[in-house]
Amino acid sequence: MLKAIAKGLGTTLRVLFKPPSTYEYPEKKKPRAARFRGRHELRIYENGLEMCVGCELCQVACPANAITVVAAENDPAAPHSPGERYGYKYQVDLLRCIFCGLCEEACPTDCLHLTQEFELAAFTREAEVYQKDRLLARRPSGYRVPENVYPPYTGRKAAVHA
Amino acid sequence: MAAALAWIALKSLILILVLLGGFAYIMVFERKLLGWMQYRLGPNRVGPWGLLQPIADGVKMFFKEDLMPRDADPIVFHTAPMIALAVALLAYALIPVAPGWAIASPDAGMLTLLAITSLGVYGIALGGWASQSKYALLGSLRSTAQMVSYELAMGMAALSVMVVAGSVRFADIVDAQAGLWNIVRMPVAFLVFFIAMFAETNRTPFDLPEAEAELVSGYNTEYSGMRFAMFYMAEYVNMITAASLITLLFLGGWRGPWLPPVVWFLLKVVFLLFVFIWVRATLPRLRYDRLMHFGWKVLLPASAANLVAYAAWVALR
Repeated sequence: MLKAIAKGLGTTLRVLFKPPSTYEYPEKKKPRAARFRGRHELRIYENGLEMCVGCELCQVACPANAITVVAAENDPAAPHSPGERYGYKYQVDLLRCIFCGLCEEACPTDCLHLTQEFELAAFTREAEVYQKDRLLARRPSGYRVPENVYPPYTGRKAAVHA
Repeated sequence: MAAALAWIALKSLILILVLLGGFAYIMVFERKLLGWMQYRLGPNRVGPWGLLQPIADGVKMFFKEDLMPRDADPIVFHTAPMIALAVALLAYALIPVAPGWAIASPDAGMLTLLAITSLGVYGIALGGWASQSKYALLGSLRSTAQMVSYELAMGMAALSVMVVAGSVRFADIVDAQAGLWNIVRMPVAFLVFFIAMFAETNRTPFDLPEAEAELVSGYNTEYSGMRFAMFYMAEYVNMITAASLITLLFLGGWRGPWLPPVVWFLLKVVFLLFVFIWVRATLPRLRYDRLMHFGWKVLLPASAANLVAYAAWVALR
């Protein structure tokens, strides 16, 4: 019995001098994987046009029914996206989302994309339902507009809307 | 006369402040050590390295509601934590931390101390009984039984030290260890005393009175706010007293080369407190029947045989 107690005391004493395995979270964040699936983002082309063409495939792919898309026809004079339609309304309910990434896979234009952002706490339920204004990426992604699209690509100046 | 009284009052005030400050920082020390021994960091949110944690805890405790169960005995319920804390603080008045550095040093110092520490069980027993709660009652019954059983072994181990020193004054007991510390001269007595001290202070592996797995929290289940804090303070002050007592009886008290006596005393006490916490981080709680079995069938015979052996040695010397 004394031998076992001595062994136990030895173990705790050894651990005392080992570094702790704690991540001090708010100050130091754990590195995330390159394909980490966080909050959704709708990317835009480098000229400012939205990549979303309102196909609603993400809504269909979603197993948790978290995504709602309402598409609308583009005005050829001032298009939102290089395509017939664009995402008039785009809503992701993060309270339902299971971050599986199936929407990202379903997207034909590589528009929808799950970012590294994972700190999604909020004070109200409404704040967890992200609307298009919060999902749209701020910075151009570097994607170029494909050439065989409708309405025809009219150049950078005409395409950028207010 | 008045000046002497004022001097004693001042010394007592300093002692109480030192003990309560010590209590606060032992708490941080314990939580830090337990954290480090479990690959954790321990408290580090309040102040640098968590050093202001006791202030945060104190403020929190102070603003908690002071609850009392409907059927509790109000007078006993309210006095029990005071008894526990007062007895714990009183015991330290007899302990010299350096030659002559004590509030009182009666000739029968060791005996008086044993008498006072025996009163400590009243706070716990009454607190548990007055709460009118089965968990609190069971906790206090366990505690009473445990403290009474281990006090015998502890007393006999201390008695062998007194027999060898030929005195019950702390100064004489420390002086008798001038050549050789008692831990070397009587290792069995040291071991028995050390183990009994864990039981007396209700520390793991003998923390059955507040076995949180079975008894919620034992005798202090129904207490909240400052009254709960007083029980806690009593427990930690008792821990300081226990460490000081072991230092005096077995580790040569304030004796040591180069450094001043107070520093040596403090170093030894802090080391013993470290051992107390270290054991807490290591050992699980004993089952109740094993605790009683160990106390009566192992510790008591061992300390009795030890006492007889040293008494015979002193008589024949």
